[in-house]
Amino acid sequence: MAAAHELTFHEFEEASDLLVETPDAATLSRSDQLTPQGHVTVAVGSGGSYGAEEVVEEESDKAALLQEKQKQQPGFWTFGYYQSFFDVDTSQVLDRIKGTLLPRPGHNFVWHHLRNQPDLYGPFWICATLAFVLAITSNLTLALAQRRDPSIHYSPQFHKVTVAGITIYCYAWLVPLALWGFLRWRKGIQEHMGTYTFLETVCVYGYSLFVFIPMVMLWLIPVPWLQWLFGGLALALSATWLVFTLWPIVREDTRLVAAALLSAVVLLHALLALGCKLYFFQSLPPEYLVPPSQVPSLPPNVPLPPTLPRSMAT
Amino acid sequence: MAEAAESPGNAGTASPRPLFAGLSDISISQDIPVEGEITIPVRSQIREFDSSTLNESVQNTIMRDLKAVGKKFMHVLYPRKSNTLLRDWDLWGPLILCVTLALMLQRGSADSEKDGGPQFAEVFVIVWFGAVTITLNSKLLGGNISFFQSLCVLGYCILPLTVAMLICRLVLLAEPGPVNFMVRLFVVIVMFAWSIVASTAFLADSQPPNRKALAVYPVFLFYFVISWMILTFTPQ
Repeated sequence: MAAAHELTFHEFEEASDLLVETPDAATLSRSDQLTPQGHVTVAVGSGGSYGAEEVVEEESDKAALLQEKQKQQPGFWTFGYYQSFFDVDTSQVLDRIKGTLLPRPGHNFVWHHLRNQPDLYGPFWICATLAFVLAITSNLTLALAQRRDPSIHYSPQFHKVTVAGITIYCYAWLVPLALWGFLRWRKGIQEHMGTYTFLETVCVYGYSLFVFIPMVMLWLIPVPWLQWLFGGLALALSATWLVFTLWPIVREDTRLVAAALLSAVVLLHALLALGCKLYFFQSLPPEYLVPPSQVPSLPPNVPLPPTLPRSMAT
Repeated sequence: MAEAAESPGNAGTASPRPLFAGLSDISISQDIPVEGEITIPVRSQIREFDSSTLNESVQNTIMRDLKAVGKKFMHVLYPRKSNTLLRDWDLWGPLILCVTLALMLQRGSADSEKDGGPQFAEVFVIVWFGAVTITLNSKLLGGNISFFQSLCVLGYCILPLTVAMLICRLVLLAEPGPVNFMVRLFVVIVMFAWSIVASTAFLADSQPPNRKALAVYPVFLFYFVISWMILTFTPQ
């Protein structure tokens, strides 16, 4: 029964297989089709053959999820609507973060970790943390450089907080919007394509930025080749993870469109990392006393060729 | 009385007080008067009390509010699990602290606008929007604390950091050097830890148990950013 397939997605291993076979199941909005079938689900749940220790948890899980879905009709303007996007526990958030650090080809983040419960907590606070960490570490680099070379003038550079905040939040919200729009357009053309909801796309992008936080903190080490190395590693990890997450959706499309989409995604990600490195972590002594317009002409800031093979490799 | 006993039983009559249906079981003896005057002698006292607050000197009014604010400052400085901040919340304390902090942190207007520390408005916005965001976050996660109570707690717990700012300003009057920086760093770290402990003592209980870390982390980030602004303050 289609209902049973759609509604058994709580199970741990079979869920992903079912979702691979029927990618639509993951992406129907929760409010359709489930409220009239609520009673059917409970019957299936209690009759199913789960491991003994999982039965109680599954049933209470299902019952709670159903109640939540049946109550999930609050309007866009009510507080309850937004509360449904913050319905995560600490362990779930940590689990999702760990999921981004280990990209595995068959293990799709959206289906295994999000499981139809995208949250906004992760993306929002990861972006906030990243913006502040960027501004703080770039200021710290300046302070450490001043210790080595007292001719540099140290200042708190508070405007970097504003710049970092705007950049990160625009990236984490506008790019998923564009991607979601593009995928829905392609779905209109190729009927059998699956798609992610807007919130799932925002979630994917938000969690993908987590890797940049330790990368930025490691950029405190003032050795240039080490900074490029860390940057490259983090970018590779994050971009690979993004590609693995998007692959099950775009592989249904023509090869040209799929390749173009994935390389655009990776390119934007690389541009973000590169922009952060160049703007916030300019290597200081020669050009700090020089107006910013001359920065691109100075050797340490020229984008090195190693960035090209990374984007080609995907 | 028989009438009193029967009247609740008449479903047809509009009984003015259905709440007292249980009294039909009690027999009312005839010598308890059920009539009398309704004027309450206390009323004139209440009127007197109102006018006495109106007529009191301005100093009394201001001192009453200042004492309330001061009492809450004491609760922040010696944090115990108590309800005072939550029950009698007010936003005077946070306003005073935020304005003091923003005034002390702002850069002078004469030097370059691009590279200095935060302006008054930037500090103000960070403190208030930060507090509002954290409050919204904790309410969305399912906490049962009211909006203004949470703002009150977060604002009052900036007190240790304001004290740190004052100390740093004094320390900066001495000659600059690594010792100067270490002293300031130590003071800011201690006050930052104090702020976090104070605010979690008040806020942590209002969260569901498996989401406490999710609600406390933004508070940590908020006070960390304020501490950073204090530590990097350089007088021009």
